[in-house]
Amino acid sequence: MHMADALLSPQVAGVMYAASAVTAGISIYKLKKEEKLSEEPNYKKLPTMAVMAALVFAGQMINYAIPGTGSSGHLCGGMMLTALLGPYAGFLSMIVILTIQCLFFADGGLLALGANIWNMAFYGCFVGYFLIYRPIMRSKMMSSSVKSANRVKIILASMLGCVITLQLGAFSVVLETSLSGITELPFGSFLMLMQPIHLAVGAVEGLITSAILIFVCEARPSLLKDINITDEQRSKGSVKAVLITIAAVALIVGGGVSLLASGNPDGLEWALFGNSESGYSENMGLDEENFGVESKAAERAEKIQNKTSFFPDYAFSSDSENPAGTSVSGIVGSVMVAIAAAAVCFAGGFFRKRAAKKKKSN
Amino acid sequence: MNKAEKASRELAGAENLAHGDSFIHRMSPLSKLAVTVTYIAVTVSFGKYDFSALAVMALFPVIAYQLALIPVFTCFRKLRMILPLVCAVGLFNPVFDREILFTVGSLRISGGVVSMITLMMKGVFSLMASFLLAATTKIEDICASLRKLHIPKMLVSLLLLTFRYISVMLDEVSVMSCAYSLRSPGSRGVAVGAWGSFLGQLILRSSDRANELYESMVLRGFNGEFEYTRPQSGGAVSWLISAAVIALIFTARFFNLTEALGSLIGR
Repeated sequence: MHMADALLSPQVAGVMYAASAVTAGISIYKLKKEEKLSEEPNYKKLPTMAVMAALVFAGQMINYAIPGTGSSGHLCGGMMLTALLGPYAGFLSMIVILTIQCLFFADGGLLALGANIWNMAFYGCFVGYFLIYRPIMRSKMMSSSVKSANRVKIILASMLGCVITLQLGAFSVVLETSLSGITELPFGSFLMLMQPIHLAVGAVEGLITSAILIFVCEARPSLLKDINITDEQRSKGSVKAVLITIAAVALIVGGGVSLLASGNPDGLEWALFGNSESGYSENMGLDEENFGVESKAAERAEKIQNKTSFFPDYAFSSDSENPAGTSVSGIVGSVMVAIAAAAVCFAGGFFRKRAAKKKKSN
Repeated sequence: MNKAEKASRELAGAENLAHGDSFIHRMSPLSKLAVTVTYIAVTVSFGKYDFSALAVMALFPVIAYQLALIPVFTCFRKLRMILPLVCAVGLFNPVFDREILFTVGSLRISGGVVSMITLMMKGVFSLMASFLLAATTKIEDICASLRKLHIPKMLVSLLLLTFRYISVMLDEVSVMSCAYSLRSPGSRGVAVGAWGSFLGQLILRSSDRANELYESMVLRGFNGEFEYTRPQSGGAVSWLISAAVIALIFTARFFNLTEALGSLIGR
């Protein structure tokens, strides 16, 4: 689900960076608050967080054989990290994993890092933990037999957590890409493409996560959050929260699909502004050119915007009649650039080899 | 070679590159970060049909790779990670956008094809730029410059420590995977019965390791922040060069240099 830079416009990438940065700030603040309460320095957690983050990263390289299918799946680990470290520390560890993946493995782009953090870490760590994992683990379900109760709860919490958070993540990828105006693929069709794939991915992830968490819970329960809690912390009606979350997610994702699955070419824009041929915009009273602006100041602002904007409706401001900005000279120029780039590479290689030879002879 | 071993080698390869010695390596990390971020933001901001104007952007990373004494092909191997999603998004453009933009001889090129090519070029260019940053800057320098940007010390220390521990964990997983596959020939992966215990065992051992690590760090005087050595001199020069490059990047954004170049020959 890692997004590349090319899939985002700078504006959307900026907004996602801001959202992720604010969440990271809150996480650090909360951890500092916990530090004051526990009298244990925060940096004591640092090695545990680092080792667990490294472990989850390495754990992604393990292939798990999926019985009956002949294929194999692997772990992403957001939910597992949250179960081991808690939501705030888990979120920070996920940020670090995603940053290293982006910088050293080119998995996801540098500009898209904010969006990737949001899509993969935020949902897993916060939505997954506060609305699914914690309510289920703290519920009074099957309190007669602790061992089997824990097993059932862990399976339920990790399955639901992984499936729902991955659905939300996939939904965000589609939303961000569509808002960036990158794809011609209608919003609805793109959604129909992404959600089912991530349903399967989420189910596999949930199964692997629950297997690992059950093992850890039985071997060393102290490592898991929300296993050893007092009766006071247990809440009776918290399963309701889980049900509400599931309903809300189903509504968002399902609603998105059904609203826009009509195969209309301009997904979001169509939904917002309609197309004038069908009379939609007249019905809704919306007009794309003058959406809500009717004053001199607004007109002036629009002129300035048209002059300075990077994308006045995705074409060059000076060149709106020729949207490609293409001509024979454009193509000839591109070929020349390609030749120049190849020549630069060739020259670089030549000088590198000569330098290596010199080094050897010395 | 299993996946973990491959990843471990890839990481070691990137780190080795970062320890090289070249003009780009010696530049101040923060100035490199500024240029890289500007380059990527400008590259992705090109219109979806602007492939000819975008083409000239290729020259920036290509020249920088040569100055850094790194072959451009090193980063192309990394493309396998990002290309699938970019392709999935881009490949549908020719289907939905069939308006003919221009013709080359008798070949009619539709808007969808142009926007697909532009999208892929953007993906490749921004990958080249961000990998160059990682390949010419040591992780310690990246962390030091992040601290200069006032990124919280907890996050930065975590980044450095995790990076150091990833190779340890990758080796551990690699040995375990190798041992497992030798005992279960022909299997495609860890069988369902061992799903929990395989990584679970490692979690138990790692949590002990984390405690030992903490104790040894405290014994060496760790108080929550790593100390970074001062960056080398020459910061002013590298900022000057970076400013010039950023100016060039914006020139390439607002004037179609490729077309200008083509018209020199075309006329």
